[in-house]
Amino acid sequence: MGVELDRLSFSVDGTSILRDVSASLPTGSVTGLLGPNGAGKSTLLRLIAGIDTADAGTASLDDVAIGSLPRREAARRIALLEQNAAPSVELTVLEVVLLGRIPHRTKLMGSFSGAEDRTVALDALELVGAGTLADRSWPTLSGGQQQRVQIARAMAQQPSLLLLDEPTNHLDVSAQLSLLGQVRELGVTAIMALHDLNLAAAYCDHILLLDGGLLVASGTPAAVLTPEIIGAVYGVDCYILEHPRGGHPVIVYAAASVSA
Amino acid sequence: MTRSKYLGWLVAAAALLVLGCAVAVTIGPAAVSLAQVAGSIGAHLGLPVEPVPLLIDSIVWQLRLPRVLTAALVGAGLALSGAVMQSVTRNPLADPYLLGLSSGASVGAVCVVILGIGFALPAAAFAGALLALMATLSIAKVGGTITPVRAVLAGLAIAQLAGALTSFIIFWAAKGDSYREILNWLLGSLAGATWQSVMIAATAVLVVGTGIVLSATRLDAFAFGDTSATSLGINVNRTRWALLGSVALLTGAMVAVSGSIGFVGLILPHLVRGISGPGHRRLLPLVAVCGALFLVIADTLARTVFDPRELPVGIITAFIGVPVFILLIKRKKSKLWA
Repeated sequence: MGVELDRLSFSVDGTSILRDVSASLPTGSVTGLLGPNGAGKSTLLRLIAGIDTADAGTASLDDVAIGSLPRREAARRIALLEQNAAPSVELTVLEVVLLGRIPHRTKLMGSFSGAEDRTVALDALELVGAGTLADRSWPTLSGGQQQRVQIARAMAQQPSLLLLDEPTNHLDVSAQLSLLGQVRELGVTAIMALHDLNLAAAYCDHILLLDGGLLVASGTPAAVLTPEIIGAVYGVDCYILEHPRGGHPVIVYAAASVSA
Repeated sequence: MTRSKYLGWLVAAAALLVLGCAVAVTIGPAAVSLAQVAGSIGAHLGLPVEPVPLLIDSIVWQLRLPRVLTAALVGAGLALSGAVMQSVTRNPLADPYLLGLSSGASVGAVCVVILGIGFALPAAAFAGALLALMATLSIAKVGGTITPVRAVLAGLAIAQLAGALTSFIIFWAAKGDSYREILNWLLGSLAGATWQSVMIAATAVLVVGTGIVLSATRLDAFAFGDTSATSLGINVNRTRWALLGSVALLTGAMVAVSGSIGFVGLILPHLVRGISGPGHRRLLPLVAVCGALFLVIADTLARTVFDPRELPVGIITAFIGVPVFILLIKRKKSKLWA
C-alpha cells in the first residue's frame, strides 16, 4: 500500500530526464523530494500525478497503476500543487477552493450542482486555518495565504495522495514553517519537492534525493543528509549537527570562499 | 456576489429581453401597439385572442418579429462564443471571429453574390467559415496538440489570406448593386432576416449554446493553466478541441444569417464579467441574455435612426461598443488589464 514507484523512466525528444527511479512510500508518510535544479523533481511529480506518461516503469497508488486510471479518476485520488500557480485570477478564495471539487462532479449537469461542494470547500479552508479568507479576492492575498488556499483547493479534491512542487518558494520563514507543519497535520500521504535541505530534514519522514535523473539516495533524513552525499550531489562542504529539540539533522554549510 | 443577487440579475436581464423584443416589434414606419403584437403572436400560436388587422399582422409576423428574434439569437450566440473564445485562448482581445471564421464566411458570401445566386448565401457563408476553421486548426495543430497562441496566430494567417481573396473577388468582378449588397453583408446586417434565419440561429444557439453552458465547470478548471486543469481531471487537449469546434459551429451559423457583426462578442463578455465575476457558471447564462438584449437594441437603432435609410447593424455596435470598451480600459480597479 502507499506509493510504489517501479523503475520509472522518462525522456523528452530523446533526452533522458529520469532513469529507473524506484521507491516505496508508506501510506500517511511525508516524503521530501530533493536534488539540484534540473534533477528531475518536477518531472517525477508530474509522472506520479499521471499528467505525463512514463516511457517505462509504473507508479502505483494503493496497488492501482496511476497510468491506467482515467483522468478524472486520477484527479479524485491525487492532488498536485504546481510551482507558483498564482497568476492574478479574479476569483474569490472560495471559488478557487471549489475548483478542487471539479473531479467529483458529474459530467453532464456538474456545472450546476453544488451545495455539498460548498461545505467540503469551507471545511478544507478551515483545515488549513484559512476559514476567514473565504470571501476575499484571490489577487489580494499574500504569497503565504495563496499557498494555504491552494492546499485547501487540493484538499477539497479529497485526495489520498498530495503532491507539492516547492510549496515554500517565495514565502518568509514563518510562513514556510507553518505551511509545512500544516502539511504534516493533514495526515495525508504527501510528496513534496523542496530546495531547502533543513526544511526537508525537519518535516519529512523520508527523503528521495535525485541527481541528473537518477535516484542517488533514499531513506530517513539522517541516513540521506550526510556530508558525503550532500558534497557529492550539490558540490558543497557542510557539517551535520543535531537539532537541539527535534533531534533531526541540521545542515550547516561551509561558506563557498572557505572551501575554495 | 451572493447566489440570490446573481439570480436577480439574470431574471431582470431576461425580463428586459422579453420586454425589449416586444417593444422593438412595435417600432418602425407603421405604428403597431404592444397589444397588437401580443394579439398577432397569440393568433399564430393558436391562442383564443381577438384577431388583429391583416396588414398589422403581416408586419408583425412576417417582417419585424423574425428580425427581432434573429437579432436576439445572434446576439446571444456571439456573446457566448466570445466569452468562450476569450477563456480558451486566454486572450482578452479574442472575439468569435478570431480563428478566421468571418473572413472565410466572407469569401463564400461574396462568391455567391457575384454569381447572382444570393439565396445560397447562408449556406455559402457557413461553408466558408468551416473551411477557414479547418485550415486554421490544421495549421495550429502540431504534434496532436493545439496551444492558444498557435491557434490565434494560425487564425490571423487564414484571416489575412481570406481577406485578400475577398478583396480580389470584389475588385475583379463586383459591379453596381452587388457592391452595396456585399458591403452590407461584410458590415453585418439583419435586414434580410426571415423565419428561416430564426430557425437556423435558434437551432445553433439551443444545441451548441446549451452544450457550451454545460461545459462551464470545464472552462473554470483552466483558471490556473493547463497543468492545473489536467490535475483537476480535465482532458485539456480534447476539451480545447471540443470548445473551439463548438464555438466555430455556433459562430458559423450566426455569420450565415447576419454577416459578421463586430464588437458584440468582444465587449459583452468583458462587461458581464464585471457583474458576474469570471466564473463561467455565472458568466455564460448572463452573457447570453445580455448579448441578446444588446443586439435587439442595436438593430432597432440601425433600422430607425436614419429612417427610411437603414444602417448595417455592425456600424451601430461599433459606435456603442468602442466608447464602452474605452471606459472599461480606463477603469482604475481593473487588475485584469493592469
